[in-house]
Amino acid sequence: MASLMATKPHPGLDPQALRRDFPIYQNNPGLVFLDSGASAQKPASVIDGVAEFYRRDYANVHRGVYQLSQRSTDAFEVGREKTRAFLNAADVNEIVFVRGATEAINLVAQSWGPVFVEAGDEIIVSDLEHHSNFVPWQMLCERVGATLRVAPTAAGGGFDLAAFAALLNRRTKMVAVTQVSNVTGAILPVERIAELAHAHGAKVLVDGCQAIPRMPVDVQALGCDFYAFSGHKAYGPSGIGVLWGRYDLLEQMPPWQTGGGMITQVTLEKTEFQEPPHRFEAGTPDISGAMGLGLALDFIEGIGRDAIQEHEQELTGYAIDRLSRIGGLRLLAAGQQRLSVLSFNLDGVHPHDVGTVLDQHGVAVRVGNHCAQPLMDKLGIAGAVRVSLGVYNDRDDIDRLAAAVEACREMFSR
Amino acid sequence: MMDLRELYQDIILDHGRHPRNFRAIEHPTHTAKGHNPLCGDRVTVYLTIEGDRVADVSFEGRGCAISTAAASLMTEVLKGKTLAEAHALFAQFHAKVAGGEIGALPAELEEDSERLDPLTGVKAYPARVKCATLPWHAFEQALKGGGAAPVKTE
Repeated sequence: MASLMATKPHPGLDPQALRRDFPIYQNNPGLVFLDSGASAQKPASVIDGVAEFYRRDYANVHRGVYQLSQRSTDAFEVGREKTRAFLNAADVNEIVFVRGATEAINLVAQSWGPVFVEAGDEIIVSDLEHHSNFVPWQMLCERVGATLRVAPTAAGGGFDLAAFAALLNRRTKMVAVTQVSNVTGAILPVERIAELAHAHGAKVLVDGCQAIPRMPVDVQALGCDFYAFSGHKAYGPSGIGVLWGRYDLLEQMPPWQTGGGMITQVTLEKTEFQEPPHRFEAGTPDISGAMGLGLALDFIEGIGRDAIQEHEQELTGYAIDRLSRIGGLRLLAAGQQRLSVLSFNLDGVHPHDVGTVLDQHGVAVRVGNHCAQPLMDKLGIAGAVRVSLGVYNDRDDIDRLAAAVEACREMFSR
Repeated sequence: MMDLRELYQDIILDHGRHPRNFRAIEHPTHTAKGHNPLCGDRVTVYLTIEGDRVADVSFEGRGCAISTAAASLMTEVLKGKTLAEAHALFAQFHAKVAGGEIGALPAELEEDSERLDPLTGVKAYPARVKCATLPWHAFEQALKGGGAAPVKTE
């Protein structure tokens, strides 16, 4: 099937060559795109593959007896299997398609939460969390009368394992942490966190949004219980995301949205629900999104996650070196382990003003609080300028960023 | 590409760095907070209204150069104005930065209106328009009885 063709493997990682796979660069000459942490650009294989799918194979899934519906269902389920393989999950039925990581985390908080968390229980998050891995737990705690505990980062910006361990107790039911901070790029020791949490009987949910597009992820090796990510940050379409959950846990969770496609029998008195993952996929799913996500994961695998990590790690180091030479520029600390994301402030210049000046130099960065207000409050800042990398970025992008930051500094000191 | 100096004119940078009337009024007759959750900008506007006139106006807060300069310039032009004049100045300023029909102002307000013109460069930057209008929305909110001003994304 043409729509399921895998992306050709790339020999090594050459950002300039890869850029030719991204039509956004042809249509925006000179673009310096440093906001992949918010959403990555899309390779032609994803854009064209989705368009081709609509042209050749589209119909609703899991419904029709006709051939076209079967082809569409196959394409959709191939997306699920590719996701399973990408995460090294044990069972394809552990892959639940959702709109994005936000929905994945809300699903767990709203379905698993009220069944397993009671008044007096505790949930732990880190102070690095994106609001999407913070607010659903805060809401759950309010709803059931549980307590939300916040594991702090150390002064150097890394996750403080000892402080985290001290928070764990027999009332701890869930530990929800990000694998890579969307603000500082700090990499959290997720395997160790899971070990410690499990020793106290707690479950572990990992927000993999920033990790999935840029480092190898094996959910079985991580030892977590749930893993959430968004397709659009991994070069896939927006509107598709994934919740992976251990099957025995998914099986114990009630549906959180109900409707078509997730039932086995409906009578006027009672409804019986399907097994996971369909139990959690009420209504017509994002069919082309799941299929396109599969293509995006092919694209990543075609380059190789080790190669991507190595490239982005090297470029992160270069960016840190380049930026830290700029007077009055303060990088947010991220500890010893960091990847692909870094944030900074320029003395005396508000991040929004920096963002506008950079934009005028063709440099796209994210400014603001990065959906991490608790972290901003802790650091005592209103916001920051964030640079995040993708496979298409190179040293020239960083040089142009640095030049634009210099120009900004000069303008505001005149 | 618009010249950045059109947006960040010297007067904006000056007011952004050295805002005028940047203080609290101890016993204001009216006050309100404006907050833009997108960028974290916060401004508190304090007013002393005597009769139908703005006897004193000041602000505190933190924000970008545009919102700080907008608040600073706002306090300068509002002092001594009647409420009707203040509303008219905002209506015209709003039209200039956010689009809309720019109505005529009474001759005595022309000079004040021109003092706000350096801020109208934000019109070319749709994401920044709300920075320039945030303090004005807080001002209007204060007159309505205070609280947190709703943020308008123009």
